[in-house]
Amino acid sequence: MTSHRDVLRPAVAVVGGGPAGLAAATALRQLGIGPVLVLERQRAAGGVPRTSGHIGYGVRDLRRVMTGPQYAERIVQQARDWGSDVRTGAMATHWAGDRALLVTSPAGRLLVEAEAVVLATGARERSRSARMIPGDRPSGVLTTGLLQDLVHGRHERAGGLIGLRAVVVGAELVSWSAVLTLREAGCATVAMTTLHERPESYAAFSVPGRTMLRVPVVRRTRVTRIVGKERVEAVEFTHEGTGQKVMIECDTVVFTGDWIPDNELARMRGLDLDPGSLSPVVDTALRTSAEGVFAAGNLLHPVDTADVAALDGRHAAAQVASWLGGATRPADAVLVRAGAGFAWVAPGVIRPGDPAPPRGRLLLWPTGHRAVPRVSVRQGGRLLARRVLPWPASPGRVFRVPWSLVSAVRPGDGDVIIGLD
Amino acid sequence: MIDVDVAVIGGGVVGCAVARELAGRQTDGRPVAVALVEARGDVGDVTSKANTAILHTGFDAAPGSLESTMVSRGYDLLSAYAGDTGIPVEATGALLVAWTEEELSTLPALRDKAARNGYADAVPVNSAYDHVPALGPGALGGLLIPGESIICPWTTTLAYATDALARGARLLLNHRVTSADVGADATVLSTTGGDVRTRWVVNAAGLGSDRVDAMFGHRRFTVVPRRGELLVFDKLARASVPRIVLPVPSAKGKGVLVSPTIFGNVMLGPTSEDLADRHDTSTSAEGYAFLLAKGGVIMPGLMAEEVTASYAGLRAATEHADYVVDVDPAQRYVVLGGIRSTGLTASMALAERACDLIEGSGHRLDLRPDVPAPPRMPNLGEAFPRPYERVDLIEHDPDYGTIVCFCERVTRGEIRDALRSPIPPVDLDGLRRRTRAVMGRCQGFACGAEVDALLRGEGA
Ligand SMILES: Cc1cc2nc3c(=O)[nH]c(=O)nc-3n(C[C@H](O)[C@H](O)[C@H](O)COP(=O)(O)OP(=O)(O)OC[C@H]3O[C@@H](n4cnc5c(N)ncnc54)[C@H](O)[C@@H]3O)c2cc1C
Ligand SMILES: Cc1cc2nc3c(=O)[nH]c(=O)nc-3n(C[C@H](O)[C@H](O)[C@H](O)COP(=O)(O)OP(=O)(O)OC[C@H]3O[C@@H](n4cnc5c(N)ncnc54)[C@H](O)[C@@H]3O)c2cc1C
Repeated sequence: MTSHRDVLRPAVAVVGGGPAGLAAATALRQLGIGPVLVLERQRAAGGVPRTSGHIGYGVRDLRRVMTGPQYAERIVQQARDWGSDVRTGAMATHWAGDRALLVTSPAGRLLVEAEAVVLATGARERSRSARMIPGDRPSGVLTTGLLQDLVHGRHERAGGLIGLRAVVVGAELVSWSAVLTLREAGCATVAMTTLHERPESYAAFSVPGRTMLRVPVVRRTRVTRIVGKERVEAVEFTHEGTGQKVMIECDTVVFTGDWIPDNELARMRGLDLDPGSLSPVVDTALRTSAEGVFAAGNLLHPVDTADVAALDGRHAAAQVASWLGGATRPADAVLVRAGAGFAWVAPGVIRPGDPAPPRGRLLLWPTGHRAVPRVSVRQGGRLLARRVLPWPASPGRVFRVPWSLVSAVRPGDGDVIIGLD
Repeated sequence: MIDVDVAVIGGGVVGCAVARELAGRQTDGRPVAVALVEARGDVGDVTSKANTAILHTGFDAAPGSLESTMVSRGYDLLSAYAGDTGIPVEATGALLVAWTEEELSTLPALRDKAARNGYADAVPVNSAYDHVPALGPGALGGLLIPGESIICPWTTTLAYATDALARGARLLLNHRVTSADVGADATVLSTTGGDVRTRWVVNAAGLGSDRVDAMFGHRRFTVVPRRGELLVFDKLARASVPRIVLPVPSAKGKGVLVSPTIFGNVMLGPTSEDLADRHDTSTSAEGYAFLLAKGGVIMPGLMAEEVTASYAGLRAATEHADYVVDVDPAQRYVVLGGIRSTGLTASMALAERACDLIEGSGHRLDLRPDVPAPPRMPNLGEAFPRPYERVDLIEHDPDYGTIVCFCERVTRGEIRDALRSPIPPVDLDGLRRRTRAVMGRCQGFACGAEVDALLRGEGA
């Protein structure tokens, strides 16, 4: 059996046509690199924002506020205008070499042999099964991603997949986005549940959220069972402290947050992964552990906002350009690891001589809430920096640490650990 | 009223196999008129969809039992039929692992038992790790069973049913049999979809087989649903599980295994727990905890992988150790009951047996010379080329180049084909069993809306 029909040989193959991938493609073209091929498996490019109906996109990268679909349209247009070949319905399914991919598309099975590859495959929410929630397996159990797609496609309650009374699991920003989307579909949110004492997005959203949307947030609570033969009838909540169980009647359950990167290609390629995020480990130039393979966006930090993903893409583009121009990666490397209070940190490698990370920030994922976080940076047991940062650390939201805190890092002195005191 | 020669009650893997076999027979040169009478809206929607999907050699059956005979005969028949129809089968083989000295000491006896079951190929191995390097510490030795294979249970049931239809059988979905009125020449089955008049009845009602048996006045067994919960791990774990890893069987059953699946995942299970409710296929926190503990011993590395799915199936266990297979010639009635944990493998042998029992009662069932060729089923198996990677198919129909479900690489063309197939899906679960759509790691996060639209005929 032949493995492919046509061979494409772009300078750069970008896998994933979301904010990160498209921004990388546009920036590469702006730097005069080409040809650039963007592979997007969905039937339209744009990534998650494409179906995310609410406002709140484009702030940091395009310096304006728009809805997800508007934003998606804009970044796709930009990439095309700058001359990238954005192919939709095109999924990279396997590696066929160090920087070669096999792709399925309506135009045939393709072999893509690129000089450099940018992985920008995004992240997804863990499903109910991945969270190992026992019980029946009725319909009406969704993730925000699916909910959003269903409503965006304007399937009127989507063949019964969306009902009238929903429980939203999680209280992050994305969870409130789910509440809004449910409301648009005519479905009321009867409760939100969070494992945490304080809802994750407390500061940013939940006060207005609660007053505006009147959704009770049940805290320190885990969903422990789903009930209903054909259709969801109720969910069982268990309080983390008391073990008390409560049943709440509903016909829809939306599992929000609990992100995992879409790391299939990264794993198939054998890239080093961060144990906390399961994302490919990158240095501040967004190089992965494989030469000529870069990564950007929520694949690296599940999840941050779309504009941050796009700025990653832009950052990666400059680094890809310099690799194509013959620059080699600095030999010395210091590993950065998440310490107390954090699940992961990205980038995870610092190389002397490399640029600062995108936006001059390290991104970390807090495991608990801290209103006044005091961050310490240690290398080989030695305290390099300690600073109280003026923004809270909340689970479910990326926490940003300025690059200046790690400026004293030296190769050969051991791993760097960033934690909360 | 529908009037047939044989009504088969139950469209599980066993009933579908029986209907197919009967529809391939004739009496006095006239094809046997067969009705497959199923309570639910689809075939294979109960126990036949939720098992561990192993094509058993029967090496560990009770020698001399009907189950032993049926499993080893069924293994041969289904292996051949899979080749004819494209039902995916992978001969991965199994490694039975001894974790204690006591278990180690039973291996020679197990090998003898396998031989008494007609299976002579079992090979003792000193180092289990040579065969499954990812095993947890403490494996003392093992027995290789090269013949144990993995198979697609959904395609098997559908292939039988599709074949039965092609041979002229009628499929009566949403027909739950509620009573049987046995007359001198014919029996009238009352069903939720109307009456069915038939000369012979074959009871293949699975978990309901004792109740159907009671409709004929018998009280020979009671089904006790024995729940088996399973966890399915991410495809990225598949490489570390080259073959089925079996425990040493005990009096309590086959025990917890780790197995590759035909779809390229890894499965851990099943549990074994007697229930009262014949419909309770829910999973439980206790079941998960038990499996994770077992899995942590068998293959600790697997526990770090993501769980893609979990489910539970109910075995139709009874008070008898063996299958309950019998004929009541006076009532022209055959029972295939208590087919608990090997029915997928034994299905074609049970179908033959049902025909033999009817023939033995004086009703001739000759092989038809004119049966249509068996259907070619869509390949759902990961070990064989799938449409998304077939240059030839995509070239000729771009729908096979349009992946809709990304995790499982299911194309628009395959979904379209399933919707146009002789037994189309009636819901998302049915579509999943025909195409694998939405059963992957994202569980619809990226494709659920599109698949739902296609299912409802709204796909662009
Ligand atoms: C419900 C919801 C609400 C949100 N609200 C906001 C908001 O208000 N403001 C905001 O800034 N951010 C918001 N976000 C976050 C934002 O959507 C993400 O940060 C952003 O989309 C990340 O961009 P990305 O390019 O990294 O990934 P994605 O947008 O996920 O794009 C990845 C792309 O890669 C494609 N892909 C993956 N694998 C392959 C493959 N093998 N071959 C081809 N293509 C592939 C995918 O189809 C996808 O299109 C929200 C997210 C969600 C889920
Ligand atoms: C956890 C588990 C693991 C297993 N692993 C394996 C394995 O690896 N290999 C193997 O070979 N076997 C295995 N099995 C066993 C196998 O799945 C079963 O033996 C087989 O599916 C039984 O098929 P069936 O057709 O008898 O029953 P079912 O599939 O239950 O079908 C019976 C049908 O009868 C219908 N019905 C019931 N009552 C009525 C009525 N009154 N009127 C009309 N229709 C009715 C039901 O709706 C159902 O569709 C396993 C089973 C379980 C539970």
